[in-house]
Amino acid sequence: MMPGNPAEAMMSRFKGRINPEALKALEVAFGIDSQESTFRQYLDYLQNTLTGHWGISLTFFPVEVSTVVRQALPWTLALVGLTTLLAFVLGTVIGIVAGWRRGGLVDSMLPPVFVVTSALPYFWVGMLFILVFSVWTNGALPNDGGYDTALTPGWNMEFIVSVLQHALLPALTILVVSIGGWILTMRNNMVTTLAEDYVRMGRAKGLSNQRIMYDYAAHNAILPNLAGFAMSLGFVVSGSILVEFTFNYPGVGYMLLSAVSNEDFPLMQALFVMITVAVLLAVLVCDFLTLWLDPRARTQD
Amino acid sequence: MSAIASGGAGGAVGEETLAEPTVLADEGGGGRRTRPGAGIIRAIRGNKKAMVGTILLAIFTLVAIAPQLFTSVRDPNKRAFDISLSPSVHHLLGTTSFGQDIWAQLVWGTRQSLLVAVIAGAGACLLSVVIGVSAAYLGGVADDVLSLLIDVFLVLPTFPLIIVIAAYAGSGGFMVVVAVLVVTGWSYGARQLRAQALSLRNRDFLVAARVRGERQSYIIIFEVLPTMISLITANFLGAALYAVLTAAGLQYIGLGDPSSISWGTMLHWGQSAEALQTGQQWWVIAPGLCIALLGAAFALLNYAFDEVSNPALRPVRRVRVKRRAA
Repeated sequence: MMPGNPAEAMMSRFKGRINPEALKALEVAFGIDSQESTFRQYLDYLQNTLTGHWGISLTFFPVEVSTVVRQALPWTLALVGLTTLLAFVLGTVIGIVAGWRRGGLVDSMLPPVFVVTSALPYFWVGMLFILVFSVWTNGALPNDGGYDTALTPGWNMEFIVSVLQHALLPALTILVVSIGGWILTMRNNMVTTLAEDYVRMGRAKGLSNQRIMYDYAAHNAILPNLAGFAMSLGFVVSGSILVEFTFNYPGVGYMLLSAVSNEDFPLMQALFVMITVAVLLAVLVCDFLTLWLDPRARTQD
Repeated sequence: MSAIASGGAGGAVGEETLAEPTVLADEGGGGRRTRPGAGIIRAIRGNKKAMVGTILLAIFTLVAIAPQLFTSVRDPNKRAFDISLSPSVHHLLGTTSFGQDIWAQLVWGTRQSLLVAVIAGAGACLLSVVIGVSAAYLGGVADDVLSLLIDVFLVLPTFPLIIVIAAYAGSGGFMVVVAVLVVTGWSYGARQLRAQALSLRNRDFLVAARVRGERQSYIIIFEVLPTMISLITANFLGAALYAVLTAAGLQYIGLGDPSSISWGTMLHWGQSAEALQTGQQWWVIAPGLCIALLGAAFALLNYAFDEVSNPALRPVRRVRVKRRAA
């Protein structure tokens, strides 16, 4: 995605401070041969990216970038992946109910509230949670890291409980901020769909409310929401980076920010490429889901 | 985020839902040119969300224009006071652990935060109008290329991209932040506007203009754009909301100019001085609250605008019944 040679950029920053021999050694370590053409270097870079040879991280010298990424990835996937899915499912269900009972209690209460919550900054919500549940309760819930560092990671009860405790506040933060968008879109889609003729047709046929609500209205109303889900994954990713930073959560986002503060370009670039690929994959999955759910999308573009 | 709230996302489905407002505008009869402006005022008066949003925005604008009215401190970054004071009459929100007045920083910080929102929001909005409308209007290969560009930027995870750009550019000043916000913030609006412009393309009044032999640029500027004002406004609000939140996030993680006076920078210093753990909650709560309120103002206005341009979404049931009867 971002053509260029991270190591070279790093070199120029360190030129004054690193002696020529160390520079040479670093050049060899990063596999840079400055004699080669830019195009050749770019090809090498592409090949290395594809094969996962991202070079050596400067922040965690001399650990390979791929090792750092492999350690950070599960944390983010578990925390952000599960929370995002939960927010989407919960939000969609609430949106269906709100749209179905227009003017009802749920419908009149929720939209104004969620318009505001979806405009909240992720990191600030996280900080408020830290203040309320951690500082004011004298550390009832942990606000730092992914697990209690006194424990050794492993599949034992104690460690799993610790991981869950540490994940609770960040997960809650992402949930609170991201759920509003799903509710509002789903509600709006429901409202638009319920005005369609085939819904009236369903009513005229005397179908049960359940049937009309889920099979007729919700099934069709969810289609634009799926496309929206794919697109707003980018927002969730940005939010999770800030959340991970706020809670020092050892995931991909936190790694990205430590890479930035240490000018660790190989790590930065690898993480960025990985995040991009992950988002693109998710978009692809959403496209297939839409194809599966929507016959109109299957016939000719 | 507002992008999500405005409903009806991509592809053919999006185009269908987006076409609706214009159809309704047609039902409204003549006076197309004057409608949007009158609609805005009527909408603000009649809509509680729009009202709250407007009032909030007005307050922030006043503070941004004349911060001197609200605090006697002229240089909020100067370490002029005792450190870590609690809130009192002299220091409404206390002082930081560097001896700066938190209230003064908050008041003076409004200017930059609002400026970023407005400038980056306007820039992104302009870019999306230019790209979106020309894609729809030019058609053919140009449309294919521009649409591809829109789609690429749409799914690109922007925040990591911003972080990487900001890191390459070196700790960014005001203009760097605005530039990256514009570059990453235009795509959603462009897609909406393209869809809207596509549905307008073959309307009678445009055909008439073409038959009259008007130039393309005239048609786009004087015939197409006026009908899109409400959508463009909504896009501006969405882009401004995105800019507020993203700029604050960037400054918070330390990628803005650390000596600038803005809410995000306050949060950055608050976080790095562990303000929460040392009992100086206001250092963190106040700027965050302001960001949230400014963001909410844009989001509320945006949402209210959706309701205006799409009557089906209005909260009152009667409206829909009336429309069906008519």
